This record gives sequence, structure tokens and C-alpha cells, in this order.
Amino acid sequence: MANRIERKSRLGEDLLIFWGRCSKILYQYVVVAVFLLGAIGVAVAALAANWLVRPKRPVAGAKGETYECGLETQGPTWVRFKVSYFLYALIFLLFDVETVFLYPWAVKFQVMGWFAFAEMIVFIGILVLGLWYAWKEGALEWK
Amino acid sequence: MAGGGNVVATWLNTWGFPPWLNSLLTGIIYLVGVLAFIFLNVIYLIYLERKVSAYMQQRLGPNRVGPRGLLQSVADALKLLGKEDIVPRHVDKWVFLVAPIAIFIPAVLLYAVIPFGRGLIAADLNIGVLYFLAVSSTTTIAILMGGWAANNKYALLGAMRAVAQMVSYEIPLVFSILGVVMLVGSLKTTDIVAAQEDVWFIFWQPVAFLIFFIAANAEVNRGPFDLVEGEQEIIAGPYVEYTAMRYALFFLSEYANLVSVSALAVTLFLGGWQGPWLPSWLWFIIKLYIMILLFMWVRWTFPRIRIDHLLKLNWKFLLPLSLVNILVTGVGIKVYQWLSPGRW
Repeated sequence: MANRIERKSRLGEDLLIFWGRCSKILYQYVVVAVFLLGAIGVAVAALAANWLVRPKRPVAGAKGETYECGLETQGPTWVRFKVSYFLYALIFLLFDVETVFLYPWAVKFQVMGWFAFAEMIVFIGILVLGLWYAWKEGALEWK
Repeated sequence: MAGGGNVVATWLNTWGFPPWLNSLLTGIIYLVGVLAFIFLNVIYLIYLERKVSAYMQQRLGPNRVGPRGLLQSVADALKLLGKEDIVPRHVDKWVFLVAPIAIFIPAVLLYAVIPFGRGLIAADLNIGVLYFLAVSSTTTIAILMGGWAANNKYALLGAMRAVAQMVSYEIPLVFSILGVVMLVGSLKTTDIVAAQEDVWFIFWQPVAFLIFFIAANAEVNRGPFDLVEGEQEIIAGPYVEYTAMRYALFFLSEYANLVSVSALAVTLFLGGWQGPWLPSWLWFIIKLYIMILLFMWVRWTFPRIRIDHLLKLNWKFLLPLSLVNILVTGVGIKVYQWLSPGRW
């Protein structure tokens, strides 16, 4: 019985030590969480204040229509969209993934040797090659 | 717990609270401070923007409400508070209602990692700069939500432009910061400020600053890159169907983002709160307003550029230039290390 209690308390201690290691970083995210909740709270409060004081008239007739400079809207809005946007999105995705690799490299750049430098040059070089190919194929043109 | 030179956290430590309560209270105190900072700045930035643009165009600007029109923005805010909230009939209702809240959240969250002065930072995250970039990129989603849900062709056009533009210019923005990160060897904003005690990074990274400035202009949809709103062609883009407080939240977030991106520029390139004689927070505010005025100057000087030119400038000029900047910075640091092995 006593043994079990002891083991239990030791587990508790281990957890505390583990928590102690994590907490230094995690407590900073408590602040971020407070900011997140606070932002939602303030936005909702602003809308609620607006709801309290504004005139509440039903949206009837032309008031609820889509406003396109007074002309009636023609055809559906939610249609298939110009493909150029998606091409740019694809290239963006490529380079955004690259940043994920580049940031840790940049942080540790000074303590790493020439090898890491050369390696990253090769990595960027491949991407530049990709950019050059996209450029050549006209993916960067707005058509 | 969260001490480490943080003024508020250190002060709270003297009370002997448990660490979680300490962090919670730190967060609440900073949140109140940041919200006050945002609201005051935005109210007077709108006034400043109208005055600056007016003087640039040889007009007087707002001068009726209060002395020299100083209360104009306050009156506008109160007016928006009392306005009817119209939800048009054909909108995608829930997305339409959530979008203004969704755009306000990142606008506030960004201020968590800004060092306002010596020890004045809400959360000194070890990934500070990355956190800033990650959170700021979610603004795009909120604008897309607003534009898509409105079921309005102008709004949808604006939203699509917003996505294309903000997504594209994020790349040079991120790459231009890499040079600074390489020089400092840390993503903590406080470390970056501390590293600029002798020389500001604008002198080591002038090209990066230029790229950052242009890309930041596009990220906050201002200046020559305001195609998203394009008042003369698509009225107000994604915001066209919004009224009252929902519109106000979009407007507020836009100016809050202008302030935070200027604050990041100050932190990364202009030495943050460092400066002689004056208190550190005052230096920060002075530099912040220099950056903001620079943004305003650009906005009211250049005409709006066309979307194909916009994307061409980004992909065919800024992106290669930022890559070259990384390369030159890397070679520079390595050569410097090689020449003076004792210092490293």
C-alpha cells in the first residue's frame, strides 16, 4: 500500500519535472491564448454594442439586393474562376514550403560550417531552376 | 516564470502568484494595453491619413469636428456604431457573419511578439518572427471569406485579387527577413533588437529593407498595391456588402495591420526601441510613426498599378532579388567569420 503511494507520488514528481521543462515555453502561449480569446471577445462585444443601439428594420425589397452600383446583378457569382490565380497559388506553395526549410537553416547559419552553406545553395539552386522553368514556360505571365 | 526582463511579469512575480496565474495576468495586462494602443492609434491614424493626403493634394482635410478636426474619427466611429446592420439576401450567411471577427483576431494576435520597449513584450516567443508571419498570413483567409460570402461580383474580384497579391508578396517578405535572421541567429524579436545596439540592420541589409517595405505595402493592401479595394473600379472590394460595425472591424483591422507591420519593420531594421537619451518606448513610437508616414507618403504618391505588373514585379524582380540577397548575406557572413575567427 505504502509502496503504491510512493510510486504514485514519484510519477507525480516526474510529471512535475517534465511540466517544469515544458512550462517555460508553454506559459508564453498562455499569453497568446489570452490574446486570442480577448480578440474574439472584443470583436463580439463590438458587434453586440452595435446590435444594442442600431435601428432594427427588416431587410425587405431592394435593400437586401446585391449592391453592384445600382445595376441588377447578372448571372451567378460563384462560378469557376480564372486559372492564372491557381498557377500563382501553386508556385507560392512551392516557395512557402521552402521557407519552412530555410528558417531553421538561417537561425543556425553562423554555427554551421561551409558544408551546410553549400548544401543550402544547392537546395536554393534547384528551386531557382524550378522558378526559371516556370518563367520559361510562361506560368508567371498574367494571361 | 515568464520574467526574463519582462517588466510586467517581473512586477507580478513579486506578488508570489503561481506561474500559470502569473502568465494569465501578464496576458490580460498586455491585452488591455495592446487593445488601447490599437484603438488609439487607429482612430488617430485615420485622421492622420486624411490630413496627410489632404495636404499632399493641397486641400485642408477634416477640420469641422473638434479643434482642427481632431474628433472627426471619433465621430465616424460613433456613427458606425449606431448604423443599421444589413445582411443582404443572397449571401452565404455564416461565413459572411464570421469574416469580420476572423480578420480582427490575427490583427490583435500579431501584437503579442512586438517589443514596444525595454522589457515591454507580451510573449517573447522563441519563434517570434515566424509566429508573426504565420499569423499575418491568415488575414488572407478572412478577406477571402468576406469576399466570397458576399455573393457580389466586385467582392469576389477583390477577394481573388487579395489572395493572389498577398500570397505572392509573402514570399519576398519572408525571404527579406531571412537575411536579418542569419545575422542574428535567432527568431526572438528581443534578440533581434538587442543585436542592433551598435548598428541598425537597415545598414547591413538595405536591399532586404527595400524588399520588405515594398512587400509589406502589398501585404497590407495599401499604396500602389490597393487593387483589392480599388475604389474606382470595384468600389471597396471584399467589403462592399458590409455595413455598420462589421465594416468597422474590417477597417480597424486594416489599420491595425499597418501599425503592426510598421512595428515589425522597426524591430527588424530600425533598431527597435534602441536609442539614446529618450525612454525606450518613446523611441519605438517615434520610429513607428516614421515608418507609418513613409507608408502614407508612398500611398498618396504613386498611382495604383495593374495586376499583371503587380505580379511581374513580385515574381520576376523581388523574388530573384531576395534570393540574391540571401546568397550575398551568407557569403558575407562566412567571409567575415573566416577573416576574424576570434570573434565567433
